Amino acid sequence: MSDAGDTRRYESLSDFIIRRVLYLIPTLILISIVSFVVINLPPGDFLTARIAELEMRGDTTSRQYLEQLKGYYGLDLPVYVQYWRWISRFVVGDFGLSFEYNKPVRELVGERLALTILLSVCTILFTWIVAIPIGVYSATHQHSFGDRVFTFISFAGMATPGFLLALVVMVLVLMRYDVSLLGLFSAEYVNAPWSWAKFVDLLKHLWLPVVLVGFSQTAGLIRIMRGNMLDVLGQQYITTARSKGLKERVVVYKHALRIAINPLISIAGMSLPNIIGGEMLTSIVLNLPTTGPLFYRALVMQDMYLAGSFLLFLVVFLVLGNFLADLALAWSDPRIRYE
Amino acid sequence: MGINSQVDLEQASLKKDKRREEGLSYWQLVWRKFKKDRAALVAGIVLIIFYLTMVIFTEFFAPYQLENKFIRYINAPPQKIRFVDSEGKFHWRPFVYGLRQEVDRETFSRVYKEDTTKVYPIRFFVRGDSYKWLGIFPSDLHLIGTDAGGTVFLFGTDRQGRDLLSRIMYGGRISLTIGLVGVSLSLCFGSVLGIVSGFYGGVVDNIIQRTIEFLTSFPAIPMWMALAAALPPDWSSIKIYFGITIILSIIGWGGLARQIRGKVLALREEEYILAARTMGASDADIIFTHLFPNCLSHIIVSATLAIPGMILGETSLSFLGLGIKPPMTSWGVLLQEGQNIRTVVQAPWLLIPVFFVIVTVLCFNFLGDGLRDSADPYSRL
Repeated sequence: MSDAGDTRRYESLSDFIIRRVLYLIPTLILISIVSFVVINLPPGDFLTARIAELEMRGDTTSRQYLEQLKGYYGLDLPVYVQYWRWISRFVVGDFGLSFEYNKPVRELVGERLALTILLSVCTILFTWIVAIPIGVYSATHQHSFGDRVFTFISFAGMATPGFLLALVVMVLVLMRYDVSLLGLFSAEYVNAPWSWAKFVDLLKHLWLPVVLVGFSQTAGLIRIMRGNMLDVLGQQYITTARSKGLKERVVVYKHALRIAINPLISIAGMSLPNIIGGEMLTSIVLNLPTTGPLFYRALVMQDMYLAGSFLLFLVVFLVLGNFLADLALAWSDPRIRYE
Repeated sequence: MGINSQVDLEQASLKKDKRREEGLSYWQLVWRKFKKDRAALVAGIVLIIFYLTMVIFTEFFAPYQLENKFIRYINAPPQKIRFVDSEGKFHWRPFVYGLRQEVDRETFSRVYKEDTTKVYPIRFFVRGDSYKWLGIFPSDLHLIGTDAGGTVFLFGTDRQGRDLLSRIMYGGRISLTIGLVGVSLSLCFGSVLGIVSGFYGGVVDNIIQRTIEFLTSFPAIPMWMALAAALPPDWSSIKIYFGITIILSIIGWGGLARQIRGKVLALREEEYILAARTMGASDADIIFTHLFPNCLSHIIVSATLAIPGMILGETSLSFLGLGIKPPMTSWGVLLQEGQNIRTVVQAPWLLIPVFFVIVTVLCFNFLGDGLRDSADPYSRL
């Protein structure tokens, strides 16, 4: 380091990225192993159960087909061989077969996963758009009537999980207006191929699950934003800015908000698991065409490649989300790159 | 005289103040600060009431037994407690009207109308369904009830004609304890590993911290679902209960361990630890006589704040049919039974358990917040 005065190591952004990517690889391998083990925990599997059932009926042709499948996936072999077969095909895009639907997992997973990611990203955006202004307002008007109201709402919100809210809202709407809130598309678009009109229709339905899933997250974020903002507003450089004669608006939005938002970036990464989980339960209640209902069904039916692929994809999505959040934080707050 | 005695008096009162402060133990200081937080205090009282009525004395407070079916009252709406009868006359003793079954001429569905000719006064400390309190002491005393032939369904009944209030109270026994048991399990893991990790540092710390990071990188709910689906279906209720608590705490201990480690890291540098070490105290001495008692308040706070997550976890798993299964009843099971939307629209009172879940979680959040603020009573003395 040529800079003799600074003895601390300062990583460049590209070094930081490389180090994090290298760290990602073992994490992903471990994750895939754990996902596989968890999915294989239930005693028995779908195929064996199915074969036994067909044997009872004396159906030999489909039985042979299933035996063939069993051999292909090595279901009689030790677990680590099964894992190896699964993961080596997984990396090249063959996610295995859903035994229940008799379809490649890839066909079943794709669109649902995309919708889940869309829903999660929209939810994060929603929580930020709502929580930041309210948090700033609460902090700048501490102990005011508005602050108290928001504090109460956010405490209640944190205690209300999305799926219970969804259940209550759905029943109330059905009772009062006789309108069903199920699904993400209007009836005419459910099985239609993707088109602009279908996309617009999706956007029209998307807001409700976003609000329901995001509600408790937003509530938590308001508390965090308010706390951050209060911390920052108490610091000396804010007093300096004020004594320089800057307008209060400039002090709050340009000087304080800029710093108070930083922790939110890493929180966005950390809250992703909660959002995915909340989204999953809410989707099951509202029967949305996302990962939730199908993952649930796959678990219950022991359709293991389908369940395993969902679990692995979700965790990978989470890990990548965290990675992106770290990157964003490193970019926005270079101090964290000091070792 | 004047000035001198004034000074004396002031000094005396100062001394008195100081003595009062010195005389208080840490926990007395905590309690003094906690008392000032009204939200936390109310939350604590509500929780104590919940635990008394729904966990300990459930059999006495619940008007009926868990599985007592009233076949003549399927999906009956809640009966209103009244003081004024249909003729406008006031009664000191509250009463309910009997229910009369009718068939709706348009939808052909069953509806219940209040039968104002039948008045059932609400009686206290009545003899009703017999039970064994805590499975040992036989009794048939109930807090409320009514005369023979009448019914008190304050929250209505479900599709098998079982009193919902009683079912919510018995469900509370499971839902409220699963949080406590789960958190105790997490605490065992979490505090041991957290203290070890913070106290010894180095490689051990590194391994434990990486493990926690790895565990927290999994989304809790899908993981819970996958693990719960792996519980053998032929397990007995009690095994499933403990299975679910273990599943909930597998992911929960990481957060607790991390917080306790942070506290231990800070305490380790304190001078009295150095003093203890200089005097030749062993690691075990330092951990058990110095570190652990000093972390205790912190551990209690973390545990209180972790309970709501467990309760919600159990509720969501049972709601999906992956957790507690009937005949064992929890709030999640009650909601699962009301999952058929058409039924719930006809009988919206089946959603009342939602209210109990939210109030419990809310109270634990308030209580945990209040405890956190008062766990460090020296900050504003």
